[in-house]
This record gives sequence, structure tokens and C-alpha cells, in this order.
Amino acid sequence: MPHILAQGLTIEFPLYHMGARSLKKRLLAHSPLRLREDEANRVVVSALRDLSFRVEPGERLALIGHNGAGKTTLLRTLAGVYEPVGGRLEVEGLIGSLIDPAAGMDVHSTGRENIVLRGLFRGLSEARSEAMADEVAEFSGLNEFIDVPVRSYSAGMQVRLSFAMATVMEPEVLLMDEWFLAGDAAFMAKAREKLAKLVADADILVLATHDMDIVREWCTRVIRLEAGRIVADGPVEQVLEAA
Amino acid sequence: MLAVGGGPVYSAPMLDETLPRRAPAPIYVCDAAQPRRREAALEDIATGLRRWRLPMALARLDIRNRYRGSVLGPFWLTLSTAVMVVGLGLLYSSLFKMELSQYLPFIAVSLIIWNLISQVVGDACTSLTSAEGIIRQMPLPFSVHVLRSVFRNVLTAAHSLPLILVVFLVCGTMPGPEVVLILPGLVLVAVNAFFLSLFLGMVCARFRDIAQIVASVMQLAFFMSPVLWKPELLEDRAKWLPLNPFYTVMETVRGPLVEGGVSAIVWTSAILYTLLTGAVALAFFIRFRGRIAFWV
Repeated sequence: MPHILAQGLTIEFPLYHMGARSLKKRLLAHSPLRLREDEANRVVVSALRDLSFRVEPGERLALIGHNGAGKTTLLRTLAGVYEPVGGRLEVEGLIGSLIDPAAGMDVHSTGRENIVLRGLFRGLSEARSEAMADEVAEFSGLNEFIDVPVRSYSAGMQVRLSFAMATVMEPEVLLMDEWFLAGDAAFMAKAREKLAKLVADADILVLATHDMDIVREWCTRVIRLEAGRIVADGPVEQVLEAA
Repeated sequence: MLAVGGGPVYSAPMLDETLPRRAPAPIYVCDAAQPRRREAALEDIATGLRRWRLPMALARLDIRNRYRGSVLGPFWLTLSTAVMVVGLGLLYSSLFKMELSQYLPFIAVSLIIWNLISQVVGDACTSLTSAEGIIRQMPLPFSVHVLRSVFRNVLTAAHSLPLILVVFLVCGTMPGPEVVLILPGLVLVAVNAFFLSLFLGMVCARFRDIAQIVASVMQLAFFMSPVLWKPELLEDRAKWLPLNPFYTVMETVRGPLVEGGVSAIVWTSAILYTLLTGAVALAFFIRFRGRIAFWV
């Protein structure tokens, strides 16, 4: 059964290339608790500190907290981008991540070429990628622009393309940053419909967001992060009221 | 990512349709107390190789974008190599008092292989840092980025191959049947390129000064290795040449083409150096693979 299990999950970012010792001293002197010096005398930022939680199939988890609380870092860790320095993480199920939709996009290539490239990034065969291209082209509503280099797209068009590319998948564990819920109004209705289907088909949703309306609408459980720690974990209303 | 479903994997299971669909759900386990680094690293390389189409597509994009809008494209490199070959050929054949028709094939093959080596090494320093945007967003095998850098340079170098044929035809020299020996030579160059790109990619991501050091080492190596000059010119001191890894690895390809074969000592040295590069690169990769995402 798809599930996520984190036990004492810890992520630290060493600040490399920092240079002078005096700078280091100054940083540590004014340390806002999250900067510390590790055994090797490096300044490290504690991004996630000792997180333990379990997500069962069917759960729709929202990660909330201020900027820099560790929401996106946690998403990336769940996706397998960052390897934890402490603790244990277990994710069962096919992961689909909607974190940065533009990653791996080549602006000099056409929309269609980008779709095929994205297919390769995902490990699809070339034939499957080509098939995906038609699906994405249709959904994004880019029409003839699909064969024009992405560089010449408007910002809105790029968003549509990224969104359409990113959502052609059937993951069991869906990791999503709130970026995906922003977009131009006309496209938004269509996008939400698509997301709703994606979320409904996935066994687990983990969504990082600032928007409490979205949390109430989409999620069943909330984890509130503060400075890299879990400060609240529970059903939506309970956590949101407590704040 | 394992080909068989069920067992734990040590890199995150991205949607990967080269695996059976809806097989038993992949489990991504990452435990800081039991890092299982070796499995993760070997799996990374195996997955990168299995999905070679991705780095190949990226490499071709890189070349296309680099020469976007240019009429000759990557053939500019062929042209500049051709000019170099003719220019250096004329100059050094008279400096070394050699027949031009004998020296020209040598310098043509030398320069093309050296260009490949020095560009691979130069790009190796940025093989991972240049993929920063992807590394921090997508759990892809790191070997994909390394292969991208290697493929890009191999494809670029391939544009200069016709030049060798032209020079051979003009000078009326053709290699004998020993030319098939360039195949193991090319394999050796490819293996070295991969491990060197992996190793330098990691080291340069962590320590940003290394790239500068590598650049100056390569410049020195160009003059210290028999690229322009023939090994025989060293006379009895030529016996020390097999200690130079650039020379021996290059010679495994150049020898069969222009010198009628390669001596056993050169092969031994080239293989030993390759094993050494491979071992060091692998050891590093196994130990520090998990840190790369933090370094870039």
C-alpha cells in the first residue's frame, strides 16, 4: 500500500563558498537558532529538524507555514532530491512531483520538442512521448504555438505548457507546490478540473501552500511547519483553528 | 530504480515507463543510519546507462543551442581543426625536419583526439554544476548529467572525423588491418571520459577552484604530451612516457591509425590508469553521491 513514513527526518544545508571566518562568526553570533556550526566547522542551516509522521493511503496532506519554514524542502526530500542527513524516510508508491514545472525546459526548443524531452526525463519511450505530445498540445490550448520555440511564448503560455506537461501522469503519491494553483483565470478552471482528477486518482497528496481556502477545499490533514519543525499535525479544522 | 518490482530502491522512483507499469509499487527507502551508499551509487549508474536516450537527447540539444543560428554549426570546429592541422603541419614538419606527408596524418589524428580529451576534461568540471536546475528539482540519476557531458563532446568530436579521412587520402597513407584496434582504444577513452566527468564534476561542484587548476593542468599536459611531437624525438628518455596517462590513453587510438599499432606497455599503462580513474571516481561517487544535491 502506498504510504509515506518519516522517522526523525533531518535535512541540513551546509553553507559552502562562504569565505571569510569573520563573516562566519558574525552569522553565528546573530544566529536565529537555525544556523549552527557542525563538527567540521561548517555553518549549516537546519532546514528540517527531526520530523516524524506517517501518511496513509487516501490522505490529502497540506504543508503550511511561513516562508522558509521548510515546506518545499520537505517536498523535495519526499521526491528524493535531497538525501536526509539524519533519520529515515520511506515512500512507497510511484511518485509524481509538481514542484518546479519549468525544470528541464529548454527555451530554444519548440513546445512539442519540450514535451518529448519531458517524456524522456520521465523515462518514457520515444513513441509514448510523441503520443503524450498530442495530448499535452490539446490540453494546453497552445494551438499552432506548440511548434514555436518556447522562448517566444508569453509568460502565461509558458505556464500553460508547463502545467500541461507536468500533469500528464498517474502517480500514486502526488507532491505539489502551490505554484500549480496559480495561473491565468481562463485556464484556471480547466487546470483545476485536471488537478482534481489527478488528486482523486492519486493515493496520497502532499501539497505545500499558503492559501487556507485551498487547504480547506483539497485537504484532509494539515502539518504546520515552523523553522523546520512540526508544530501542529491533525485534521484541517483543528489545526487551522488553533492558529 | 530496480528492474524487478517489489524490492526497495535507493533512488526515488520517478515515473519511469521503462519499468513495468503498475508493478508492485516501488518503495523508496532512505535511512541515514544505514545509507546503503554502494547500492544507490551502482543503481544510479545502471539507470543512467539504461536510459541513455535522455542524455543523448540533452547532448544534441546542447550542441544545437550552442551553434544556434550559425551556418556551419559544429563544423566550425572541423574547419578550425583543419586550419590548425595545416598550419601546425607546415611549421612543425620543418622544425622536426620530417616529410609533410608523414607528419600531416600524425598531427591530424593527434589534434582531433587531443581536442576531444581536453574538451571532455574541461566540460567535466561543469558536468554537475551546469545541471543544477534539474538536480534540485528532479530526482534523476546523476550519471545522466555526466553522460550528457560525455555524449556532447563525443558528438562534437565526431564532426571532425571526415578530416582524418581527407588527410589520409591527400597524403596517400592508409592504416593497415591493425586499424580495428582503435575500437578497444575508443572504448578506453569513453570509459575514462565517463569516470573523469563523474569525478571532476563532483569535486568541482564542491570546490570551485578545481576547475581553474584543471584548466592549467590541461594546458601543461598539451605541451608535455606527444601531441605535436612524436615520442621518438625523446630518444632514450621516451621510456618514461608511459607514465603520462594522457599519452597512453591517446596512443591507444592514435597508434592503430598512424603508427601501425600500439606497444604492450602503452596498453598496460592505459588500462592501469583507466582502472585507477574508475576506482577513484567510483569510491568518491559511492561516498558522496547523497551530498551532490547540496553542493551544486
